[in-house]
Amino acid sequence: MLRFILMRVLQALPVIFVVITATFFLVRSAPGGPFDQEKVVIPEVKKALEAQYRLDLPLHEQYFAYLGDLAQGDLGPSFKYPGRSVNEILFSGLPVTAELGLYALMIALIIGVTAGVVASLRPNTAQDYVPMSLAMIGICMPSFLLGPLLVLVFGIWLDWLPITGWGDIPGDKILPALTLGSAYAAYIARLSRAGMLEILSQDYIRTARAKGLPEWRVVTQHALRGGLIPVIAFLGPAFAGLLAGSFVVETIFQIPGLGRFYVQAAFNRDYTMILGTTVFLSSLIVFFNLVSDIIAAWLNPRLRHQLSGGGS
Amino acid sequence: MNTATQVFDDAEKGSSLWHDAWLRLRKNKLAVFGGGVLLFMVVVALLTPWLAPYSYEAQNLDLGATPPSAAHWLGTDIFGRDLLTQIMYGGRISLAVGFIATAVALLIGVTWGAIAGYVGGRVDAVMMRLVDILYALPFMIFIVLLMVVFGRNILLLFLAIGAVEWLTMARIMRSQVQSLRQQEFVEAAVSVGLSPAAIIRKHVVPNALGPIIVYTTLTIPSVMLLEAFLSFLGLGIQPPATSWGLLISYGAETMEEYPWLLIFPGCALTLTLFSLNFLGDGLRDALDVRGSKD
Repeated sequence: MLRFILMRVLQALPVIFVVITATFFLVRSAPGGPFDQEKVVIPEVKKALEAQYRLDLPLHEQYFAYLGDLAQGDLGPSFKYPGRSVNEILFSGLPVTAELGLYALMIALIIGVTAGVVASLRPNTAQDYVPMSLAMIGICMPSFLLGPLLVLVFGIWLDWLPITGWGDIPGDKILPALTLGSAYAAYIARLSRAGMLEILSQDYIRTARAKGLPEWRVVTQHALRGGLIPVIAFLGPAFAGLLAGSFVVETIFQIPGLGRFYVQAAFNRDYTMILGTTVFLSSLIVFFNLVSDIIAAWLNPRLRHQLSGGGS
Repeated sequence: MNTATQVFDDAEKGSSLWHDAWLRLRKNKLAVFGGGVLLFMVVVALLTPWLAPYSYEAQNLDLGATPPSAAHWLGTDIFGRDLLTQIMYGGRISLAVGFIATAVALLIGVTWGAIAGYVGGRVDAVMMRLVDILYALPFMIFIVLLMVVFGRNILLLFLAIGAVEWLTMARIMRSQVQSLRQQEFVEAAVSVGLSPAAIIRKHVVPNALGPIIVYTTLTIPSVMLLEAFLSFLGLGIQPPATSWGLLISYGAETMEEYPWLLIFPGCALTLTLFSLNFLGDGLRDALDVRGSKD
């Protein structure tokens, strides 16, 4: 197990390095300097600004200086908001996005696993078709459509829930979390149904039934552990999706989180902000993929040998 | 005796597998429905310049936004433009992005996977390790980044999306090729002196076609979703061109007063994604991709 974790960490490090390097040179190769579109700046001021942002150095020196800063956890100053560092902006958005993602994931897991397990107990009956059709709708209905529709129905027509903000009015966290979580609920429902169906046809489930265990104990104690492995393996990639989804959801509901800052930085061409956010979010995603791989391997020893067995 | 030769003849024609798959697919009502809707959408998209009830640029500011009526079946937007026409033209772009970006992904993925799987050894290890590394990259973020750095260019959008989606294709292709390579008919082809490229083209790819078709059908909706996502954020298709994602984004801005501007483009996108997913699932069952050991 330790060998497996070590292998995985060693594989993750080059990925993060590639991200940092690729992002740095991509952003630097973008046409136009950061101060070009501003009103004409006095040459001395411009020089001072460029020195502050280290734009006067040759590109490779800028790169190594940036790597040095990163090693100390410093993402540099923001271009757009002078006086604020990228770190400050990121860490003001992080708790909001983390909370949103957490609620969304909880909704996705509760609804998804329940629907998937219920459907798997009586395959090819109404009890299977109804939740699975809903799941199909959930997959095909993108968050940028579902969000406005939910706002329209529950926020405007029925006037039950607030439609913007985060933590200002009670209940304003429900619609964003639901919007973000529903697609994952749908995926998780499909995964857990497939996983459960496979496990429920195994011999040891038949044995458990044969020795007279009540059905709910067969399901909860014997089947779930194996049946939910695909769901756990999905959680790592799902995390990346949740972050990308938060771009949309935070824009729709005007939530001051990381996703909204990223999209704003993209529009403002705030290059250090884009660079810093990309590096930060990417590392976060790589980290969560790592954690989900490790948990999956811990639950399923066979996987461990496949993955660390040398070959690809 | 007669029936035995009959069976043998059918097998020799080599069409029985595809024929069986077609029969199985036809029985799956959802897949047939999906295929029908998709065909309809594609035909409409191809014929849009002749079918569209109004011209794409025609504005009628006096009219403004009106709900669906006899003259404008799906209503008009705030500039008095016919929504049905807008949706038809938007569909052309959404579908084109879906098909072209998938074709890019298909081309790169199949070539990459076939080479890695066929050559094997060190080449395979290096090629697939690269796929592993790219797989771990958060591409959604990178696409946003690319659109920012290089401007919002449709061609780049095709390439960027295609470049993301080829990875899974390469993995599927490689595992197919690896298992096919050990088959006797490939050995026979090697022994008569066919070049590796010809073997891949004539013997390996046709036999790996089932999973490729299935995965292609399932890639198109995810590509269309990605395009709509970027357009919604304002980073994808740029006006004056339009796409379903962009129409949804406009619709969301004014949904309080004019809900039909959100609902109809949303229906068009969801229905198409639905159809593609049903068709893909149906094809997977019909071609028995799981069962044929991927």
